[in-house]
Amino acid sequence: MGKSLFQKVWDSHRVGTLADGRTQLFIGTHLIHEVTSPQAFGMLRDLGLKVKYPQRTFATVDHIVPTVDQDAPQDPLAAEMMAALRKNADDFGITYFDLASGKQGIVHVVGPEQGITQPGTTIACGDSHTATHGAFGAIAFGIGTTQVRDVLATQTLALEALKVRRIEVNGDLRPGVYAKDVILHIIRLLGAKGGIGFAYEYAGDVFDRMSMEERMTVCNMSIEGGARCGYVNPDAKTVAYLHGRPYVDMTDFDATAARWLSFASDADAVYDDIVRIDAGEIEPTVTWGISPDHGIAISETIPDPAKAASAAEKATIEEALAYMKLPPGAPIKGVKVDVAFIGSCTNGRISDFREVAKFIVGHKVAPGVQAIVVPGSQIVAIQAEQEGLDKIFTAAGFEWRGAGCSMCLAMNPDKLVGDQLCASSSNRNFKGRQGSPTGRTVLMSPVMVAAAAVRGEIADAREVFQLRS
Amino acid sequence: MSLEPVKQVTGRAVFIPGADIDTDRIIPARFMKCVTFDGLGEFAFYDVRFNPDTGEKTDHPLNDPRFSGASILLAGVNFGCGSSREHAPQSLRKYGFRGVIAESFAEIFYGNSTTLAMPCVMADVADITKLRDAVEADPALEVTIDVEALEVRASNGIRFAVRMPESAREALVSGRWDPIQELLDNNTAIAAKAAELYAI
Ligand code: SF4
Repeated sequence: MGKSLFQKVWDSHRVGTLADGRTQLFIGTHLIHEVTSPQAFGMLRDLGLKVKYPQRTFATVDHIVPTVDQDAPQDPLAAEMMAALRKNADDFGITYFDLASGKQGIVHVVGPEQGITQPGTTIACGDSHTATHGAFGAIAFGIGTTQVRDVLATQTLALEALKVRRIEVNGDLRPGVYAKDVILHIIRLLGAKGGIGFAYEYAGDVFDRMSMEERMTVCNMSIEGGARCGYVNPDAKTVAYLHGRPYVDMTDFDATAARWLSFASDADAVYDDIVRIDAGEIEPTVTWGISPDHGIAISETIPDPAKAASAAEKATIEEALAYMKLPPGAPIKGVKVDVAFIGSCTNGRISDFREVAKFIVGHKVAPGVQAIVVPGSQIVAIQAEQEGLDKIFTAAGFEWRGAGCSMCLAMNPDKLVGDQLCASSSNRNFKGRQGSPTGRTVLMSPVMVAAAAVRGEIADAREVFQLRS
Repeated sequence: MSLEPVKQVTGRAVFIPGADIDTDRIIPARFMKCVTFDGLGEFAFYDVRFNPDTGEKTDHPLNDPRFSGASILLAGVNFGCGSSREHAPQSLRKYGFRGVIAESFAEIFYGNSTTLAMPCVMADVADITKLRDAVEADPALEVTIDVEALEVRASNGIRFAVRMPESAREALVSGRWDPIQELLDNNTAIAAKAAELYAI
């Protein structure tokens, strides 16, 4: 009987079984950032412990960094958090990609970029979007701060194994349908809690054909479907992406690559569940509510509580629409937007910017819309600038910013104001997520965000940019 | 490290309505600008407890004086979903909550809460509704989450079975809810894995 990648990585990293029955799992790579690590270092100091393997932990700063003037946080609390990370990295000998390094960025962009993220490893980070790294065939998951302490002190965690659900998407995606639409569609089908207790294995033609960056977009949002981790089996693309990256050992690379590939799920692997989806039925998808599973195709109408199948569904729709201030039963197309945000660990990579830049030449952001483009890392920023993408964006009326989490969440100066509605390429549309307690988020692909920015309302990018559908 | 076993927690209860209460709702991100967890309690559910425009208290159950001092939280499905921030269970704990009863929980929140010795148990919606009605009729009701026996009892005689993963139950009742010592104890096996897999 074959094994899935999850089982292979889990089994190889098992240190032992704890008294309560949980597995003690070795964590190959630990990533930290300024928000969820200072308290963990505090706990470590309280217990008089050291960082066991400082060479396996990597730090960067992302959530609180201002994107207009990166080096000058006006906010004393933000400055204190940055100073704490600097001190903790120095005290314990941890590599820190700080603002001056030229390599700083969102932790889930930096890891792959540096080649720290590798197949067949376990990766933990005090951030729920750690699942992003699963795109490389790693078992990568978010942890709490006390667990950050555990990894720092022991390089291990007490965990329970997950079940594995294989999600196969086969066939051809239609033009204008992106990785973001695929994952929004999956979450819509399986629900925001459908994945609780599962690791998601994304498989089939569509993921095979995706670039590494597209795979990251999909894996990133696994947690929005309730799955703590999600992965794509490593293949030739994975190997090619990692070849020559700073943290990849190039001595005997062929042997390394062969070992990586050996972690891929066996053809006769056994799964706890299998879901099959036809790629052709996926449309550009947007959210209408306050949970990432409140998704509809751009051609559909906003749900009507009067037509809900159950009392619970009716209450959910009513709550969401009251918050979103959207009319039931109306088309989602045409809803006015105030802000357009392209960035985040979901869609802040170079390929995202190249794709949008292709379409916006000759277009202008609609009057009254604030549109910002935020690179996921300093390296992405430099690359984009070398390709002239920043010029294309600014010519079209977008603001081109410095690297960071920006408007994905409210920990830096980029925030919604009042009940502004934001067309956003990020991953969460929770109440208040983008910084205003009444701010409204509509999730979509970067190209759809650009279409919304240009029209000043939620629009079908296929029409705005004349894509064949 | 010897820890206090958590066999049961008792207190008055408050029901917080809504499905999929995410950790952004429990503790909005702007309050996460801190280098310690101290002081997070006062920001629990901040954006729903205070009117965002006027700053005035809303009719949120945590503002209802009848429920002040409640230490058992009653909730619906998928409680604690979203961000992995431990700030969320930390703020609930610092606010004064000692246990949570809900239909279901998000995983990261669940693990974080167990490690803070705050038991989270799952119950059927009918039982939660019954308890909610009873607590709303009589906020002084004493509610006990019995982790050992996996049941919830209230001072008016309500009693129902609850669920939790055996590993979490075992960790709480045996005083091993914080695994750090046990993890440290396996030092030799850790070193062997580090050498085998990562050449360190
Ligand atoms: S971009 Fe958003 S989701 Fe990603 S790490 Fe930053 S805050 Fe979290």
